[in-house]
Amino acid sequence: MTLEERRSWTYLAVAVVSYGAYLSAVFSKAASAPLVDVDYVPAMLWSIGIAIVFGILLNIAIGIFTPRREQTKDARDRDIERLGEHVGQAFLVMGGVAALLLAIVEADYFYIANVLYLCFVLSAVVGSVAKVIVYRRGF
Amino acid sequence: MVKATKVTNNIRALRFANGEMTQADLAERIGVTRQTVIAIEQGRYSPSLEMAFQIAQAFTVPLDEVFQYGGEGS
Repeated sequence: MTLEERRSWTYLAVAVVSYGAYLSAVFSKAASAPLVDVDYVPAMLWSIGIAIVFGILLNIAIGIFTPRREQTKDARDRDIERLGEHVGQAFLVMGGVAALLLAIVEADYFYIANVLYLCFVLSAVVGSVAKVIVYRRGF
Repeated sequence: MVKATKVTNNIRALRFANGEMTQADLAERIGVTRQTVIAIEQGRYSPSLEMAFQIAQAFTVPLDEVFQYGGEGS
């Protein structure tokens, strides 16, 4: 497995775990109050912060433990990276449009923030899944 | 959907004909990872024209001895 493929797996895992932790924190608070009244901001900021820090630390660890000859980033890695970003970008656009529509209808900030966060996570997850599939099956 | 490439190759045969060159050796010569050589050899990745020429050069054979195109009109 090349360094870039390992990075794709890491990115995927960090996105899923951090968002899963965020959802469980929000839903556990929602048991005692309506969902829109939940103080989601600290949980969201912690989740994003931890995802960034863990992402950096895991990338460093992977760089250390990947054999030197597998650390080269070649044309195939760049092609796969482009494809993954292209696939993931669609969800960023969807998130932007959804947040815009929610703002137009004056929806609660809770929904605007959460639809944006969900689409960021979907962008990371779907983009990473696309990369992993292409690494495994080819294109 | 992932489409199989129509480009076929003789890299495996050429490696054995060239002193049983390993995939790692070929990868090192053309400056890519061993996984990329494996993907090309198995038809899971179509290399760029430049990389295809580098592979042919590594075996000192013309390009069409390494790669063949099985598409329409060939």
